[in-house]
Amino acid sequence: MSEKISKDTVSHVASLAKLELTDKQLPYFTDQLGNIMGIFDSLNEVDTNDVEPTFSVTDQINVMREDVADNWGERDQLLKNAPDVADGLIRTPTIIDESGD
Amino acid sequence: MNFLNKDITSIHQSLVNGDITAEQLTKQAIENAKNNEKDINAFITIDEENAIKRAQEIDKRGINPDNLLSGIPVAMKDNLLTKDVLTSAGSKMLSNFKPIISGTAVNKMLDADTISIGKTNMDEFAMGSSTETSYYGRTHNPWNLDKVPGGSSGGSAASVASGDVLAALGSDTGGSIRQPAAFNGIVGMKPTYGRVSRWGLIAFASSFDQIGPLTKNVYDNALVLNHIAGHDEHDLTSSDKEVPDFTSEIDSGVKGMKIGLPKEYLGEGVSDDVREAIKSAADKYREMGADVEEVSLPHSKYGVAAYYIIAPSEASSNLQRFDGIRYGYRSENAKNLDQLYVKSRSEGFGDEVKRRIMLGTYSLSAGFFDAYFKKAAEVRTLINKDFQKVFQNYDLILTPTTPTPAFGLDEEKDPLTMYMNDILTIPVNMAGLPGMSLPAGFSNGLPIGMQLIGKPFDETTMYKAAYAFEQNTDFHKQTPKIGGDK
Repeated sequence: MSEKISKDTVSHVASLAKLELTDKQLPYFTDQLGNIMGIFDSLNEVDTNDVEPTFSVTDQINVMREDVADNWGERDQLLKNAPDVADGLIRTPTIIDESGD
Repeated sequence: MNFLNKDITSIHQSLVNGDITAEQLTKQAIENAKNNEKDINAFITIDEENAIKRAQEIDKRGINPDNLLSGIPVAMKDNLLTKDVLTSAGSKMLSNFKPIISGTAVNKMLDADTISIGKTNMDEFAMGSSTETSYYGRTHNPWNLDKVPGGSSGGSAASVASGDVLAALGSDTGGSIRQPAAFNGIVGMKPTYGRVSRWGLIAFASSFDQIGPLTKNVYDNALVLNHIAGHDEHDLTSSDKEVPDFTSEIDSGVKGMKIGLPKEYLGEGVSDDVREAIKSAADKYREMGADVEEVSLPHSKYGVAAYYIIAPSEASSNLQRFDGIRYGYRSENAKNLDQLYVKSRSEGFGDEVKRRIMLGTYSLSAGFFDAYFKKAAEVRTLINKDFQKVFQNYDLILTPTTPTPAFGLDEEKDPLTMYMNDILTIPVNMAGLPGMSLPAGFSNGLPIGMQLIGKPFDETTMYKAAYAFEQNTDFHKQTPKIGGDK
């Protein structure tokens, strides 16, 4: 893990996360992320053979409930938060950009 | 007379006696908040109209003499959903978002007849330790306006410390209630994971997040937790364990209590003043009849590294939902759907949120999962086992809350230095334990906080020990002179 993260990797990670970085931001974030990841190396000092990972600390395991649909009746209220609405539906740009860019 | 500088119990008495009405009290809270805003900026929204309306309703119904919270002005962190009131989480991404529901903890506070006067400032999506990453500007520390109030619940802490409200709710993922409580000289409790429903809390890192109260004193804090705790069918990680009355034995003292003082939490990086304050607190506990001994939590030092793998991983997943489609910020510059996602997110999120999303996306990405996420989760197990071992022989653990008192607003800070600030609070979230901060001294006029860590679901013992300490010290009685002696 100890190799510093490259600009190409940061660029790739940003695109996975649906973020775009400007030419100015890329070296800035690359530097910072590299520094932060530097401390991750310290975890290699710890012997974790035969140690189970902890993903959650809740004491509630597999809580079951009936799968019942509930109509909150607040469609209009909900749509008030939508950025673009037409005929009671949320509008988005075209999925495929036909202009070619 | 400023009633907001008193404790909830005595104000309740004044409300019951009719010395003051809920409306007058609420107006006073709003006036204090407004007067302090230019110096402190603790609030994103002051909800004057609704607050006064609610106060009038409560006055009309009459103050319930059996409910200490009836008519008490409070504030809510801006990542807690409040019906029809802007809930931005300190982000441009949600700068136009008005929820159609309130979260469970908020609803329980409303059911208790408290009056929320508004929504408090915070680091964007609760990611930060200084409330400097908010889209709504920085919050200032009431004890010294050139210092940070801590974070991410910096607005909640500052609003209580400034005497705007008597209690505020915050959220704590790696220290976000306790650290600002320490920096503001007040009491902040992060309950056991599962004690308070997270429904209606904008998720940051779901295996760590907990909601909790920030108050001026220990008793008030226990009072608020009484009301917000408990199982909720909307949050399946909320515990169905019975909720005791946290105030019922609060004054029973610490005689015979066994308190562990972990040597790793007083080492390098902890300032002399903070170390001295904690050692004095340990001595105070010995005086009061507790048994205080040095213990060891050897894996806690790996907490920050493990946390900054796990928490950003959970965040990167939680924050995928912000896509500019159904609610929140939408970029005007998108020509197709993919651009809509990318541009809305790139324009709507601030730098700290982007850093954490990228860190998490990286840790979870193919080829790195085992080396990062899984390794960190294994180290998390070892951190938790250290606590379990200590708690076989001890009732409580005593540490500083932060390595230093509040740092400067204009100090240059690189992200990594900021992350190290939570080194003493993060392990508690790793293990899902309850942790609280309470006033333990001063350094150059700035409050020092001490942290008590309890066994799972044993907030009762923590409140007892905290109350005993408070009764025998006067740190909590000091209040900031906002803006100095002007």
